[in-house]
Amino acid sequence: MKKCTLPTAFPFQAPRPRLPSGIVLLHRTLGFWTALVFGFLYLPIVILVVYSFNASRLNILWAGFTLDWYVRLLENGPIIRAAKNSLIIASISTLLAVILGTVGAWLLHRYRFRLARSIQTLVAIPMVMPEILMGISLLILFATIGFNLGFTTVIIGHVTFSFPFVLVAVQARLQGLDPALEEAALDLGATPLQSFWFVILPCLRPAIVAGALMAFTLSMDELIVTFFTRSAASTTLPIQVFGLARVGLNPMLNALSAVFILATVAFVLFSAYLRKLNHR
Amino acid sequence: MKPAPSAMIELCGVTKRFGDFTAVDDVSLTVRAGEFITLLGPSGCGKTTLLRLLAGFEAPDAGSILLDGSDVTSLPPYHRSVNQVFQSYALFPHLTVRDNVGFGLRMQRVPPAEAAGRIRDALDLVSLGEVADRHPHQLSGGQRQRVALARAIICRPKVLLLDEPLSALDAKLRHTMQLELKRLQRRLGITFVFVTHDQGEALTMSDRIAVINRGRIEQLGGAAEIYHRPRSPFAADFIGQANLLSVTVTGRNGLTARVRVASGLELTISALELPPAAVKALISIRPEKIHISRQRPEAENVFEVRIEEEIFQGATDQLLLATEHGTRFHALVANESAISEAFHEGDQVYCGLHFDDLVVVQTE
Repeated sequence: MKKCTLPTAFPFQAPRPRLPSGIVLLHRTLGFWTALVFGFLYLPIVILVVYSFNASRLNILWAGFTLDWYVRLLENGPIIRAAKNSLIIASISTLLAVILGTVGAWLLHRYRFRLARSIQTLVAIPMVMPEILMGISLLILFATIGFNLGFTTVIIGHVTFSFPFVLVAVQARLQGLDPALEEAALDLGATPLQSFWFVILPCLRPAIVAGALMAFTLSMDELIVTFFTRSAASTTLPIQVFGLARVGLNPMLNALSAVFILATVAFVLFSAYLRKLNHR
Repeated sequence: MKPAPSAMIELCGVTKRFGDFTAVDDVSLTVRAGEFITLLGPSGCGKTTLLRLLAGFEAPDAGSILLDGSDVTSLPPYHRSVNQVFQSYALFPHLTVRDNVGFGLRMQRVPPAEAAGRIRDALDLVSLGEVADRHPHQLSGGQRQRVALARAIICRPKVLLLDEPLSALDAKLRHTMQLELKRLQRRLGITFVFVTHDQGEALTMSDRIAVINRGRIEQLGGAAEIYHRPRSPFAADFIGQANLLSVTVTGRNGLTARVRVASGLELTISALELPPAAVKALISIRPEKIHISRQRPEAENVFEVRIEEEIFQGATDQLLLATEHGTRFHALVANESAISEAFHEGDQVYCGLHFDDLVVVQTE
């Protein structure tokens, strides 16, 4: 090897300075702390998934591998029906929340009118209002006007708390949008409606997608508002699971959870992929 | 014989207020077809509002706007044969260059085959054919500017509005684009209304310049006329540099008049622009019209000055001169090669002024 006689000009070739022992200790502590946090977050999930393949009824004893609980899950009529209900309700309420939220954000952004600020505040309240309050108040409302509980009432309930999330996301995007974009479209012969459709809406797409994902997720695991506004026929998955869990946990719920975790991971990956597309 | 150019734009007593603020104050202006007119003024003077009134983004509170003979005062922007190049370019971020340029044709439902040809022509015109499939964020500032231009001219508007389109470009590119825009305008024969606060830009490109201040047109005329014969202190000061002197009229002699600066310096000026009743006047002297020399020059006004300050500017030297009375002038001299001719701080030199270069901009 050639002996180096001249001091090198590249700093990254210099020997790494020894850190003081206090800093080393701090780094180790922080590393341990991080591991602990991740353990808290993900260990229960890992155990849950592992025990969904357990041949025993009990979650604490390992008795061998089986797919039995997954078969039982598929054969369980009420759970499958509840899952279907959840998907239908989440899809419809997401669609409505996206339409309401986007149009609402556009109106609040584009037009200056009296009460705009009050409306802004009123729209934000359902996001922070306790769900139990919203559930009870909706139930009282439906009872007062004699509206039969069912799919419609659950969907109304879900849209009520989910559309503000879409609205806020779209509003944030609108604030960053060049106001000249709409004028450019008008200038080139687009009517106000056309300029919204062909220019503004495509620019808002990332925010709309983010808001829709939020609304869908919120609707999928909503329990309390649904509890007050459902009928027997419109029972959703969270309510069904809650009912089963009260009777006693069994590995079928583990299997159900595992399916959900898989769906969630797929969902997260998909939204990350969409984000990447938008940042192209 | 060529027919007299017809009026493309006629503004009659146009006023626009925002609350208590009058952005455009009773402006009347006629722009001929095929003319390149520049609205020049500082920020907040109302030039952009005037442009927005022409585009149809704002409606005037009073007055009327005629486009090619028909009243468009209450016509929305999408029904006016007027297109605009925006200061921010406002390119549609989700569309390719081709689709951005073709947007106007799509709104007019031009058949795709015809549209494709016209888009190609427009892109060729601004030499952007090879980036047609890119998105705006993949382009340089200059390229974006050209896309905005191509998008605005593809519908063959009667009038093209340009809102400080070059302000985001660097100095060199800006100069190239100025010449290119001017050439394009001659070739297309479209009436250009150009808004800028850059007087150099205005002087380079325009057939006529409207100097705007506080919502009013202070002066309207050709570039040379505006530069050499400013009609108001604002116009004199805003365009180029000017030495403004407040003087008292002391005597008249046919075509010339004698005036005195407060410090005591006496000057001879042209009496043509001086109303007979005027006692006081404000005169403007362009720095490059002050002739500095070591020998006594031939001129109506000759006096000795001392060079108080010298600022090297490359092609020119800026000098701050002071007379024995204490009156100060800024002068601009060409940096010539002979070292012996160079002027330096503290030098005592002669200053020569032709009476024609002392322009009366205001009288009392």
